[in-house]
Amino acid sequence: MSLKKDFVKFDKVDKSYDGKVLVVKDLQLDIEEGEFVTMLGPSGSGKTTCLMMLAGFETPTNGEIYLDGKAISSIPPHKRGIGMVFQNYALFPHMTVYENLAFPLRVRKIPKDEADKKIDKALSMVSLQGFASRMPGQLSGGQQQRVAVARSLVFDPQLVLMDEPLGALDKNLRESMQYEIKHIHENIGVTVVYVTHDQSEALTMSNRIAVFNDGKVQQLSSPDELYEKPVNSFVAEFIGENNTFVGEVSDISGGKCKVKIANTDILANPISVKGKGEKTKISLRPERALINPSDQMDNIHSGKIEEVIYHGDHTRVRINLLGNNQFILKVPNSSANLDIKLGKDIKIGWNSEDARALDPS
Amino acid sequence: MSSETKQILTTDGIPLEVSLKKAERKNKIKAFLLVAPLLLFLIITYVFPIGDMLFRSVDDKMVTQMLPKTFKAMENWDGQELPEEEVFAAFHEDFIKLVEDKREGKLSTQLNYTKNGFKSIIKKLRRKSKSFEEGNYKEQIMSVHKRWANVEYWRAIKRRAPEFTGQKYLKGMDMYVNEEGKIVSVEEDRRIHRVLWLRTLEIAFFVTVFCFLMAYPIAHLLATLPMKYSNLLMICVLLPFWTSLLVRTASWMILLQQQGIVNDFFVGIGLVADDNRPEMMYNKTGSYVAMTQILLPFMVLPLYSVMKTISPSLMRAGKSLGGTPFVAFWKVYFPLTIPGIGAGCLLVFILAIGYYITPALVGGASGTLISNQIAFHMKSTLDWSFASAMGLMLLSGVLVIYWLYNKLVGIDNIKLG
Repeated sequence: MSLKKDFVKFDKVDKSYDGKVLVVKDLQLDIEEGEFVTMLGPSGSGKTTCLMMLAGFETPTNGEIYLDGKAISSIPPHKRGIGMVFQNYALFPHMTVYENLAFPLRVRKIPKDEADKKIDKALSMVSLQGFASRMPGQLSGGQQQRVAVARSLVFDPQLVLMDEPLGALDKNLRESMQYEIKHIHENIGVTVVYVTHDQSEALTMSNRIAVFNDGKVQQLSSPDELYEKPVNSFVAEFIGENNTFVGEVSDISGGKCKVKIANTDILANPISVKGKGEKTKISLRPERALINPSDQMDNIHSGKIEEVIYHGDHTRVRINLLGNNQFILKVPNSSANLDIKLGKDIKIGWNSEDARALDPS
Repeated sequence: MSSETKQILTTDGIPLEVSLKKAERKNKIKAFLLVAPLLLFLIITYVFPIGDMLFRSVDDKMVTQMLPKTFKAMENWDGQELPEEEVFAAFHEDFIKLVEDKREGKLSTQLNYTKNGFKSIIKKLRRKSKSFEEGNYKEQIMSVHKRWANVEYWRAIKRRAPEFTGQKYLKGMDMYVNEEGKIVSVEEDRRIHRVLWLRTLEIAFFVTVFCFLMAYPIAHLLATLPMKYSNLLMICVLLPFWTSLLVRTASWMILLQQQGIVNDFFVGIGLVADDNRPEMMYNKTGSYVAMTQILLPFMVLPLYSVMKTISPSLMRAGKSLGGTPFVAFWKVYFPLTIPGIGAGCLLVFILAIGYYITPALVGGASGTLISNQIAFHMKSTLDWSFASAMGLMLLSGVLVIYWLYNKLVGIDNIKLG
């Protein structure tokens, strides 16, 4: 069975609440069938609004949303057949776990024995067998979360929306739930649209991530590409840790560019700069810069250690490098790197292709 | 507890429980002292009056104290035949004492409550008793009037022997104890209280229903509107609270009377003829309209406080799971508001059942409630014991409703805010 490329399609969608400010601007987004797509962005970036438009609780001001080829703007939420997991679970507090799960089946008039089978299956999927007669209030946060996931899947929807479902859980539980949700997705192959502001959550779980800012999708790509090859400085700074240099392009040739920073030229990979004299912001991941570099690296500079923070498996070192005193290095904890001391001058090197010259904003 | 459980000791060897009590005693005393004034206030203003009311409603010592020797002598009397000479002698002795104190009139009034016909024969007895000779009082009293020779009148006296009586409660239910000592209803055309009780329940019930029907959408709106509108609406709901009850009732009188604004409006739009204006006041309609408006906030506020806590995502979840808006409302939202509905209905019903000023002003003859009857006995007939009895019946009625509610819905389900 071939999977549809544009199972969910946002076509030129605009959304405004007050007629003055656009919360979502000209959104163009295709989601493949069976895909796990995360909408990631800071609060107020429009990601939840997009989800609510997809679920049917908000109407697009302009444009159209297609689900499996059908325009859905005029279909009320209860007829869309989309499962949804809400931020605070939204379990019905007056119903048992069983009744919560039976709700979507009962409104679809599914016979009881068939419904019971589906409920059993859904509960075993989230390893909550034997909890059917509990009330939601008697469950822990993680268990409530799993019930919410089971409830959104029990009626076999083609599409499940999750609105920051792990936001209320503590760190350890959040991580284990991330894997659990990922595995459920892999096992049943449902299409998932996931909203979060937590980048590590997005990176672990998704097939593709849409980074939202200011009502627009800044970049839509796989997690590794998003991290390794951010297309603009917002994405570079929002995803992961990032060292930046602001400077001016002094030369550009042969897939490399020279950028003048504090009277020193460094070599960088021109991503969004076209010619000489342009302002640029260079983004370099901390783990791509090494101390005691080999000679093959085309950028070698020396800086002074200003702060050393011990992290167990690695040490974070803050260095004043080329006028940037916030330059962070991650030094692996090995016997070779024992001489890192405050105030020392060390040499740092990186390859020019890892230093991405992006837009200056 | 298993037999292995050992008493836990603190590091100093004192049992943990003892140590804990000691540590907390100071706080407990402090806490008690803080609530003590309120407790005292409650006892003085609430427990005492109710206790006094209870006492008054059953107190029947008056006759007992007027005829102490008679009742003592009557103890061995079986009530079949006329009593023996010793009873008559004791009665004579008591009676002479009453005449000396000029209290025989009160006795005749009291005995007349029990059986008609005592007034005249006591008057006659007082006149004749002055010329009584010593000894053989039975013959002498019986010769005063033939009723004194009638065993039923002596039985009536004996019925007043107990210090406590429930007859005021029976009267409140339009019943009394007849000559044979059986509890029977009064004749149909003299029953007034039962009608009032039923009407009170009816009006309280319908006022509760109307309040609920009106308050539910208002409370929902309040809970879901954005802050700036909901605040304004809240003020509109609370505005009546800031106005005197009397003023509000009076303004309903202006609105509802036959030449009032509502009738003028109906005539103006041609709904009713000018010479056929409907009576909307001084009947049940007046009570319904005014009481519903006045009690509405008591329904809105508990409902609002419950609805405010219901997350809007629950309705959304209901819809996203495939429920139509109605199903989502009925299966998800409505059950969650039941604690508020219970609190509001209980509050409004209990307030309505004892409502007094409004029905007195706009209720007319057919719209008055039992509380107006209580007030009537407090102020006009001065039969305080009867007013107390009815007050207590009202109170126990409320307690029964409370108990029923607890059985049906569960009182811990209630939520006032």
